Amino acid sequence: MSQGLDGPRPEARETPEGRRSPQGIRLDPKNGAEHEPRRTVISALVQHEPGVLSKVSGLVSRRQFNIESLTVGSTTNPETARITLVIEESTPGIRQVETQLEKLLPVISVRELNNDAVRRELVVLKVHGEKPDEVHAITEMYGGTILDAGPRTISVEITGDEQKIDDAIDAFAQFDIREIARTGQTALARGEEWTTHAEEERYERTTTVPNE
Amino acid sequence: MSDHVSTVHTDEQTTTTTTTSSTAPADAESEGDSDAPTVTNGAEAVVAALRNAGVEHLFGVQGGAIMPVYDALYAERGLTHVTMAHEQGAAHAADAYGQLTGEPGVCMATSGPGATNLTTGLADADMDSDPVIALTGQVPTGLVGHDAFQETDTVGVTRPVTKSNYFADDSETVGDVVGEAYALAREGRPGPTLVDLPKDVTNGETDSVPGDPTLPEYHDIPQTAEGSAVEEAARALSGATRPLILSGGGVVKGNASEELREFALEHRIPVVTTMPGIGSFPEDHELALEWAGMHGTGYANMAISHCDCLLAIGTRFDDRLTGGIETFAPEAEIIHVDIDPSEISKNVHADYPLVGDAARVIEQLQAAMGEEPSAHQWREQCQTWKEAYPMTYATPEDEPLKPQFVVEAMDELTPDDAIVTTGVGQHQMWAAQYWTYTRPNAWISSHGLGTMGYGLPAAIGAKVAAPDRDVVCFDGDGSLLMTIEELSVAVREGLDITVIVLNNEAIGMVRQWQDAFFGQRRMASEYPWGPDFATLAEAFGAKGFTVREYENVPDTLEAAREYDGPSVVDAFIDPEENVYPMVSSGGNNAEFALSEDQL
Ligand SMILES: Cc1ncc(C[n+]2csc(CCOP(=O)(O)OP(=O)(O)O)c2C)c(N)n1
Repeated sequence: MSQGLDGPRPEARETPEGRRSPQGIRLDPKNGAEHEPRRTVISALVQHEPGVLSKVSGLVSRRQFNIESLTVGSTTNPETARITLVIEESTPGIRQVETQLEKLLPVISVRELNNDAVRRELVVLKVHGEKPDEVHAITEMYGGTILDAGPRTISVEITGDEQKIDDAIDAFAQFDIREIARTGQTALARGEEWTTHAEEERYERTTTVPNE
Repeated sequence: MSDHVSTVHTDEQTTTTTTTSSTAPADAESEGDSDAPTVTNGAEAVVAALRNAGVEHLFGVQGGAIMPVYDALYAERGLTHVTMAHEQGAAHAADAYGQLTGEPGVCMATSGPGATNLTTGLADADMDSDPVIALTGQVPTGLVGHDAFQETDTVGVTRPVTKSNYFADDSETVGDVVGEAYALAREGRPGPTLVDLPKDVTNGETDSVPGDPTLPEYHDIPQTAEGSAVEEAARALSGATRPLILSGGGVVKGNASEELREFALEHRIPVVTTMPGIGSFPEDHELALEWAGMHGTGYANMAISHCDCLLAIGTRFDDRLTGGIETFAPEAEIIHVDIDPSEISKNVHADYPLVGDAARVIEQLQAAMGEEPSAHQWREQCQTWKEAYPMTYATPEDEPLKPQFVVEAMDELTPDDAIVTTGVGQHQMWAAQYWTYTRPNAWISSHGLGTMGYGLPAAIGAKVAAPDRDVVCFDGDGSLLMTIEELSVAVREGLDITVIVLNNEAIGMVRQWQDAFFGQRRMASEYPWGPDFATLAEAFGAKGFTVREYENVPDTLEAAREYDGPSVVDAFIDPEENVYPMVSSGGNNAEFALSEDQL
């Protein structure tokens, strides 16, 4: 038989009173309480190479990051691409997304964008073609474009922020939406600010050594 | 690689090919006296990259897709290849080798099953941040994606269990890719990397000689922490009345044990370690409380539960250490030192994050420390806990042998610098608890992944890395069965290692949990059908021993140790013995059980 070890039983021990939150934060008035999740945009400048998308998406699923959308596209530099992620996480969760992304080899630079970043999403939606005039009017209202109009279907493109796209989809619902395709958000930092640090560096490098 | 880069290399290829053909005879003549390396194909470039990196040993198993690389090794005198019996063994051997040398251990396998067999070992190295580089053969690039014979998407399979991996698609650059993978495995927070080598790339002609291992661009490794953050942390520590140091595996990997010891001694701060941190602080020192966590000492767990400031260095706050997060060091401000920024506040919030190299940041803290914390009472409290929760066990003559006794007996017989490796289970915990570790890199085990079968191949890797040190593998009967084929390797190589099976005729750790949490329903956990390990050892050409009685333990262990070559001691222990203390999963560290009725 296993004898076990000697010593005071658990009930006989002094146990500390303090506690941590499920995020591992000491519950102490000066620390504040729980972290609420918030929606934010993360921009990553990456090497344009095969496998980079699967590395990023693999990381997101493996770490169970709460992701709303992910877009990829080329940049002015043929060697790099930009990935824009919209995530909904608490502040420590957002830091995790950033630091874990930064560890991936093809990822050059990562930044959480400010609230004032310029962001856009595009939706293409296809509705039944019975009421072309009304479809046209709603499209105008949302500053959209008719991409294709036939006797049975009309396809429309709307661009805007997430809220506008959601509203437009609601408005088109009356025509019976047959199909829909949304791109997810893409974004840049506003004004003179660089979207990621690497871009700033890159720009400085190219401007400081122009004719060598 | 981007298009841009390959275009550049294609150009180079054209130019260099022309030059070589015109000067070929001269090259051949001067080969003997000139040291300038030359290569003729991708495989030779791979080998040249390993040579540049200073690699001395490789562990692997041959196979179709990797044959060109083996062929390039054929004439290579500087590199010793250790043929293993199974690729998992190759990965574990490379892992232990990497830990002991501080340089990536190299393992090799063919495509398909060879690569998938390696995967467990890579996942193990990934969890424990051990430096390993794997080279896997792959079907020719033209066949990739066609489900060719022995084709597996190795890069896809191993992506989540490597620090980074590469598909080498160009003979011209393959050597440099191997160099980069090598550098990456070693630098910063170490980890496994893998280079997948399609056969047409290794067979492909090239004369492009790789340079020295170079880290990829954009991956700066932080060395020192920000000065103001260090000062704030030092102030918090100086002001604490119940300060504690938690020394993790990062202290061993970062060669910071010396700095840590000086720091703890100067400021008289008690030290607990994590399991991977075992040996980073000498366990026989009065400030040592040994290791904390699920099966850690009662005093370590009491100290970690009651401290008011925890200086945690090189640890990722694994759940087996913390127990339930809500009750982990619940009153402590945490100073977290780590070289990997993504570890900061991943599991436990860091009040003072210090990102940098362990040794450098300890030096920074040392310089910033004001007064020693006034922790006189706290140190006394820690001593009181040491006395209250002794790691003692009874050895009644009329009962079967206690495993703890076997561990202590071997510790007494071996020098201080002996290396212990283990499988996974109860035996691993006893080996960690009852052996006194006084230096880093004496304890080599599978922590994060908990891989049964790690012990024997790790002992092989350890002995190859440190031929002058004693190597002892404590194994379970279940764990040893998983990789016992590697005994053939130890025999062939004449490796003087001692395997001690703490044989409870069960996969005991599972049996312990069944007894405690599953109403003693011992489903699939009793192994009375196990082989006679002593006879089996002899069949492999090793020396076999069996021991059942206390009085025979010291002599048997001594005989096994004395034997010049691999030996296996099958020690039949009390099959009902359990591991204590024990914090139940997700439980409160301060409520560790000392026996089953307390769980
Ligand atoms: C590869 C693998 N399979 C299963 C497990 C689950 N497991 C953890 S401990 C353990 C028992 C190990 O038995 P043994 O090696 O005989 O050691 P003991 O606990 O008896 O000392 C098992 C099955 C594991 N850790 N690794």
